[in-house]
Amino acid sequence: MIDTARSIAHFLGFTALLRRAGFAVAPEQTIAWLSAIELLGPQEIGDIRRAARATLAPPPERFAEFDALFDAHFLGSIVPGLEGEPSDEEPLKAVEDAAVGPEPIFGEETRESGAQATTAERLSARRFGPGSEGETLRLFSRALPARMPKRRGYRWRSVRGGAGTDARRMFRDAMRHAGEIVSLRHRQRRLRQRRVVVLIDVSGSMKERTHAHLAFAHALVRAADSVEVFTMGTRLTRITRPLRLRNREQALATASLLVADWDGGTRIGDALSAFLAVPRFSALARGAALVVLSDGLERGDPTAMADAVARFARLCWRIIWLTPLAADPAFEARTAGLVAARPFLDRLSDGSSIDAICANVLDMANEKAA
Amino acid sequence: MAVRHTIVGIGSPRELEDALRAAYYLADEELSTAAYLALALGKPLLLEGAPGVGKTEAAKAIAGVLGRTLLRLQCYEGIDASAALYEWNFPRQMLALRRQSEGAGGSVDIYSDEFLIERPMLACLRRPQETVLLIDEIDRSDHEFEAFLLEFLSDFQISIPERGAIRAYERPVVILTSNRTRELHEALRRRCVYHWIEYPTPEREMRIIMIRASGVSERAARAVVAAVGRLRREPLAKHPGIAEAVEWAEAATLLNEQGARWPDAFRRSLGVVLKDEDDLVHIAPRIEAILTEAQA
Repeated sequence: MIDTARSIAHFLGFTALLRRAGFAVAPEQTIAWLSAIELLGPQEIGDIRRAARATLAPPPERFAEFDALFDAHFLGSIVPGLEGEPSDEEPLKAVEDAAVGPEPIFGEETRESGAQATTAERLSARRFGPGSEGETLRLFSRALPARMPKRRGYRWRSVRGGAGTDARRMFRDAMRHAGEIVSLRHRQRRLRQRRVVVLIDVSGSMKERTHAHLAFAHALVRAADSVEVFTMGTRLTRITRPLRLRNREQALATASLLVADWDGGTRIGDALSAFLAVPRFSALARGAALVVLSDGLERGDPTAMADAVARFARLCWRIIWLTPLAADPAFEARTAGLVAARPFLDRLSDGSSIDAICANVLDMANEKAA
Repeated sequence: MAVRHTIVGIGSPRELEDALRAAYYLADEELSTAAYLALALGKPLLLEGAPGVGKTEAAKAIAGVLGRTLLRLQCYEGIDASAALYEWNFPRQMLALRRQSEGAGGSVDIYSDEFLIERPMLACLRRPQETVLLIDEIDRSDHEFEAFLLEFLSDFQISIPERGAIRAYERPVVILTSNRTRELHEALRRRCVYHWIEYPTPEREMRIIMIRASGVSERAARAVVAAVGRLRREPLAKHPGIAEAVEWAEAATLLNEQGARWPDAFRRSLGVVLKDEDDLVHIAPRIEAILTEAQA
């Protein structure tokens, strides 16, 4: 029996520890766990552990970590690497654009502060190639809405003809005509665009392409219903909001102000894990099409990258990885990170030019389901 | 939270484990604890694991132990409330109205039970003491359906616009299974008691084969378990589950009784274990070695 507040405090300490370690534990799960312990009238520590596993529901791939924390808390063993992990790199942070200021107002295009203007200059100085990308992006925006991947929504809409009859509606009509069915009504599930999540690598190795990628992301955000854009380098930054501005130069300038890690190193695995670790962000990836613009040159641990991609594969509808290296027809995944992640990608293709990226994204919905 | 210490006389995980064994299901300590807690706390039980580890079987066995009917709701892409909850029988309503207007007399309530087609979830709410609801392969359904389940799983209540809310008078037993082809929503996991079913240990798997398959010798069972364990470590498209292992033991025994020699009987019945052309091609060069090793 749990009778003293002190013994409860010890159990609560464990859930607090779990939360600090990044496990999502809801209060009702804690209550369920305490009731379970009471119910089992624990004979041995194994009962408490099994009750914890069943009610606190850690994800299977983190069982080992969970058990280590459990041992540390209840058995007093020392967990290697848990406290004061000797890491030479600071943990990767996720930055959200909302912290920077009020939401930019749509259509207000002449609001340029001095700082924004200077960045705009710097960015435009970094632009590559002739101005043909503008035309490509214009055509892309026009073609996109019809070719976006769709998912079936939960709501119905009435249509003329079709397989499904709308009995409820017909019945209601019949009531108005003394129980006489006057006409057949049909209904169909409404189609909705799938969300697209774009991850742009802004590390040094992708330096020349970053601006073009941002321009592409801007066109995508403007043309599709639901798009989220993040940059990843040494940290992860959400730049969706500034990209909603209509004027491209201004949007890119505002977005680039948020990104603090231009041309740095890449820790793709860490950036992807950071994305997944923020529940608000990982909810965005659920059922979405994920487009990654990166050369896949991972400086960190390749297995971390593969694990993160595998988790994305379970969350997302489809993963499309576009790398500039794939412009070479003889290209195949060679770097350790990309080789390990390859089985989880639905497409690994050419991202060397705006044309290639646009073509690949327009083609997303055509691929047969993996 | 409604805590019941005993359900049909089962007062501890150990007793549940014994009862499940009597129903020909060998549960380990973790699973019986999770299942007991789910029953006692009145929460749904969420079982996850690779295909073929016996998730659905566990639900059937639990229903058997409780002596209740199993209502199975198989999820699929596009499943919606009318397949899961209830539907009005429109043709019958229409007929009833016509009969009435043609002077058959009396007034008819077209929203009475007679016109309601109940689907598994509603059936479970109305008869919680007689049923176990199995929501199978929930990872196949859409996210919207998952969200729709949340209300049901936390309050065990649904609302029918024409009738009002229907609530279970006692917490029904609900079991959900998922193959984890996609991650389930946190909110759903949170409401459930969770158990991840692993492939069984060789010892346990052997006992499962002996209990499930008829007339399989211990030696054959041991060989099957060793070979299947080996196959599960290969990079195959579909790893053999427990059901496949049982079938393999049965099939090989059958062939053996008809005169096939032992390693040969296993090889010829390989089709019941590996059901993918690519897997068969992948394993073909090494199958001899695997079988000989397994027989040793």
